Amino acid sequence: MARLVHRSRTILRILRCHGLLQRTLSCPIQAFASQQQHVKQSTMASVALTLDVKRRIEEIRQQALLGGGEKRIEAQHKKGKLTARERIHLLVDEESFIEYDMFLEHDCSDFGMEKQKYPGDSVVTGRGLINGRTVFIFSQDFTVFGGSLSGAHAKKICKIMDQAMLVGAPVIGLNDSGGARIQEGVESLAGYADIFQRNVESSGVIPQISMIMGPCAGGAVYSPALTDFTFMVKDTSYLFITGPDVVKSVTNEDVTQEELGGAKTHTSVSGVAHRAFENDVDALMNLREFFNYLPLSNVDEAPIRDCDDPWDRIVPGLDTVVPLESSAAYDMLDVITGIIDEQEFFEIMPTYAKNIIVGFARMNGRTVGIVGNQPKVAAGCLDINASVKAARFVRFCDAFNIPIITFVDVPGFLPGTNQEFGGIIRHGAKLLYAFAEATVPKITIITRKAYGGAYDVMSSKHLKGDINYAWPTAEVAVMGAKGAVSIIFRGSKNQHENEVEYIEKFANPFPAAVRGFVDDIIEPRTTRMRINRDLGMLASKTRTNPWKKHANIPL
Amino acid sequence: MAAPIKYHGYKLKGRAVIGLFQYIKYFNTSNKFSCHKRTLCTTMRLYDRDMYWNDKSVANESKFEKILIANRGEIACRVIKTCKRLGIKTVAVHSEVDSLALHTRMADEAICIGPAQTSESYLRMDKILNAVKESGAQAVHPGYGFLSENTEFAAKLDEIGVAFIGPNSKAIKAMGDKIESKRIATKAQVNMIPGFDGVVEDAEHCVKLSNQIGYPVMIKASAGGGGKGMRIAHNDNEARTSFRLSQQEAKSSFGDDRMLVEKYIVCPRHIEIQVLCDKHGNSLWLNERECSIQRRNQKVIEEAPSTFLDPQTRKAMGEQACRLALAVGYDSAGTVEFLVDKNKNFYFLEMNTRLQVEHPITEMITGVDIVHQMLRVAKNHKLLHEQKDIPVDGWAIECRVYAEDPYKSFGMPSIGRLSRYVEPTHLKNTRCDSGIMEGSDISIYYDPMICKLVTYGRDRTAAMDNMIQALDSYVIKGVTHNIPLLRDILTEERFVKGDISTNYLPEVFPDGFKGKVLSVKESQELTALACAIYLKDQQRCRAFQNQKRIPNVSSSINSWSLNVIINKARINAHASKLPDGYKIVINSDVYEIKGNLSFTSPLMEVCLNGDQRLLQVHNRLGGGKYDLRYHGTVYPVKVMDDLAFNLSQYMLEKKVLDTSAMVLAPMPGLLKSVSVKAGDMVAENQEVCVLEAMKMQNSLVSLKVAKVKKVLFKSGDTVNEGDVIVELE
Repeated sequence: MARLVHRSRTILRILRCHGLLQRTLSCPIQAFASQQQHVKQSTMASVALTLDVKRRIEEIRQQALLGGGEKRIEAQHKKGKLTARERIHLLVDEESFIEYDMFLEHDCSDFGMEKQKYPGDSVVTGRGLINGRTVFIFSQDFTVFGGSLSGAHAKKICKIMDQAMLVGAPVIGLNDSGGARIQEGVESLAGYADIFQRNVESSGVIPQISMIMGPCAGGAVYSPALTDFTFMVKDTSYLFITGPDVVKSVTNEDVTQEELGGAKTHTSVSGVAHRAFENDVDALMNLREFFNYLPLSNVDEAPIRDCDDPWDRIVPGLDTVVPLESSAAYDMLDVITGIIDEQEFFEIMPTYAKNIIVGFARMNGRTVGIVGNQPKVAAGCLDINASVKAARFVRFCDAFNIPIITFVDVPGFLPGTNQEFGGIIRHGAKLLYAFAEATVPKITIITRKAYGGAYDVMSSKHLKGDINYAWPTAEVAVMGAKGAVSIIFRGSKNQHENEVEYIEKFANPFPAAVRGFVDDIIEPRTTRMRINRDLGMLASKTRTNPWKKHANIPL
Repeated sequence: MAAPIKYHGYKLKGRAVIGLFQYIKYFNTSNKFSCHKRTLCTTMRLYDRDMYWNDKSVANESKFEKILIANRGEIACRVIKTCKRLGIKTVAVHSEVDSLALHTRMADEAICIGPAQTSESYLRMDKILNAVKESGAQAVHPGYGFLSENTEFAAKLDEIGVAFIGPNSKAIKAMGDKIESKRIATKAQVNMIPGFDGVVEDAEHCVKLSNQIGYPVMIKASAGGGGKGMRIAHNDNEARTSFRLSQQEAKSSFGDDRMLVEKYIVCPRHIEIQVLCDKHGNSLWLNERECSIQRRNQKVIEEAPSTFLDPQTRKAMGEQACRLALAVGYDSAGTVEFLVDKNKNFYFLEMNTRLQVEHPITEMITGVDIVHQMLRVAKNHKLLHEQKDIPVDGWAIECRVYAEDPYKSFGMPSIGRLSRYVEPTHLKNTRCDSGIMEGSDISIYYDPMICKLVTYGRDRTAAMDNMIQALDSYVIKGVTHNIPLLRDILTEERFVKGDISTNYLPEVFPDGFKGKVLSVKESQELTALACAIYLKDQQRCRAFQNQKRIPNVSSSINSWSLNVIINKARINAHASKLPDGYKIVINSDVYEIKGNLSFTSPLMEVCLNGDQRLLQVHNRLGGGKYDLRYHGTVYPVKVMDDLAFNLSQYMLEKKVLDTSAMVLAPMPGLLKSVSVKAGDMVAENQEVCVLEAMKMQNSLVSLKVAKVKKVLFKSGDTVNEGDVIVELE
């Protein structure tokens, strides 16, 4: 009995020390203690005990701060990686991090695990501020059990995810984990699933960002995959379902870790990651800047920041950006950076499906999402990868109230067996779906070609585009002259004359303009001014899609 | 307003024609935004007087009503400006890609004469002659280059009764041929360089002659100019290769592969005399131009007058130049080039029978509009100046701003689109002769010159100060340019003293140009400026206008400890906020930075401890990384707080790609030939391919002895800068 009282008092003190104990909770325990008056206790012993607890708290805190110990921290540094806590401190504003569950430990008792406990286990969680705005963070600690995911680890992550949902603030995960805690078995798998479930529930409610800063393998990869953005650190991060050894044993393929799941692979081949950064410091600094573009949740407006760039700046260089020869390439980034605030463009997936450009920018201080065909790469046509890349981006913008500005120069969908067999119909439909479904302000500028179905897809008037402009160089048509003439004038001998006739009729913005499919034909140099004026007007746009449980995008 | 565009002699593909018409039509009918804001007439003033204060003409004398300018770019614009001033209508000719170029827009009429390649457009006499007929122009100004020294063209114009604004065909022919010109010059008692009097037959002949003359020798194209087809050889081997390369270049550039060889004068100055003659036997010399700062025989910085000439030498050179001009019956503006050795001995080099690129500096110190005088002379008017009317008034410097990378052999051509472009024309005594504007493309088809930046001053120091300010204020983004080099030369000790020669660049920068080396004070200043920019950037990151749920904890931090990394060196700085700026303390030096820290324009004019500083934020790369242009050079700068700095020490150095095992294209261009195939063994410095860029043949060599692993391009392919052409094992 004495032990019990002793224990309850200890608990009480620990709770008090943490400031976690609430009055309502303390009363019954105290009452219980007071019933045990007959147990004698010397005052001396009690004081000693209290001091001892204080000391232990401090000890445990110190231990937690050291994660897996100095040796492992040194090893982590040697790899060019920072520790979980260092990463958090770099990411958030000075002194703003508030840590949760520093004392939480795993409860596995198999394989001698009960002897190996680290306060806080293999993840650091909490909340902080990035440029004054709240963010919830978990940062996996590779120095503790290789950052492996235990039940406790998952519980900590779930706690901050739940709270992030409660208040409506983004979650950033800094991933650096060897995978499941094998000693815990199914407990660990359950932990993953708990996180996945929350990832899905949070999707579209709060922005979720994953920064892969070390290994992330096996089932663990699906949490980043479910989040809105996955960034990687070059040379030190890997994402794969199974590592090179398993690949070798199953398919007999020789592949290095870097080739299989390095930053280069995922940012340029698989499209799993959205961008890669040079090193930990660079990645976290950039993440701070990226965070500034996002609203905190789906009930917040897209952020507006102070802007030095005049909203009505005329951009004379845009008049000559589109070459006169309609088959000549140009760089759509020149158009984009000319128009947006201060040429500051945070491109998403810059090295994947380069025939379409997506990214965040600001217009008169307000975050906007930019989508643009890139005539420089594959003539800017839409293919499977480009459609999927843009569709996901458009849906993110729509979910988080970020207006979408679309620059169109698209000769059509890419033909070929590769594309057809790969399901271009299904994947192309995703982009169409995303634009049609989006209810945020949508402004579209046709800079040159807008051919065929691709014209419809690229945020056309028909998909409830709010403002659609054409530059004088725009050609809105079903197809290019050659193809069209061979159908309209089948068997005609005056192919060339017919082409000229077709070009005169259709290879210009007039057919679309006379039908009201574009609202105006504008001079390129005035584009920035017009977009800013329209965004101001559209700020009060309200449109909702019909009620549904959820839509059924062609996956 | 833009000019109506006619199509002539060239059949464009259907879409292009119609699209273009619609585009142009649109330009013509559209509203106020379409008129570009450039000044069309020269209104520049030097101190308190007109730029052309000493220009002379008779009131109401007859003049051409309409002239055609058979050129493009800055020189076409230059001629059009004078025509506008005089009320002469202008016709521009242009290639397809130049349809919206500045010269096309500035002219009253514009006629398309073919596709981009100069051989299909600006060099096509037939098309230009048709354009002349069609437009009814009474005269043609050829500018420089292209057809400016083509006697056939001049003769054909004569046939149809159109004046050629330039010298008569006989004079062009005599002076254009280097062998012929030497004969005439010798006869006119002009000082000559020792050399072989005739055409070199082949490489072996070249070697033989070179031995006779004595190395070093200069091998050059008889029809050449502008450094093309011109090489120096120090031994038999070099003589052989140089002969071959120069001959090829000469053939592709001028269609004439006759070669000359002569003694190469070591460390000479290149000084030239501007002459002006009329059809009535009058001749004038308009002083000299010092053009010694050159790279690969192409001029970079010119000034007038020269610091080296005394009035006697100037007069002697001027008189010899005029004597030569009269000897060939010269009747327009021309330039007689001399090499001047250390003892002020001068030797005739050649006579350029055209308006020179660097004519503006002469205009600035004499007050004469040379283009106007050319027009008058072509109209048969007499020159109204006498020699005593031509002063040396003040000092003028011209920097040729090129789209090229000065870090590679003092300038390798680069191409690109001018995404931001602001000329420093707001400055006093500054003249920008350019033919481009923001959004223009610097293409592989034409000369990579962006602008001739000219400044004027009462004396050399004033002109140099103005140039420094002009260069610092010049915003160019989108292409690599040579401002870092120009800016560094302007403050380099030898240049400031006027101690220069044509070997100036290799002597001053023996290891090539590496960017300006900052002094301790300068790097502290740059550090302070970088801190201010970083803090401004950071503070703005927090300046949300509509984020209602931002926790109500205002950041009370008003001082920072920052670490700035420039050129791998770290400087620690303590910064604090002032009401109207920042105070930065480095070591114990205090820098107060005030003024316009705005990111709208790349150019920031800030006040550092009360003094004006010009700084350009060339790039903001995120994460505290900036490319700052300071004193002309772009420095990558990284600003970090203490935490980030301490932690960044753990970051590993990235592995640098080993480039010795590959041959990279140093610039964009066309592969003329590839002389190796996979499996071949190559020696160190063996030529593996020849790249033609900007009409120059560049021999690319292997950097080590190795076996060729892979050849990734074949001859005839176009390559981009940095492309791997050959991989070695």
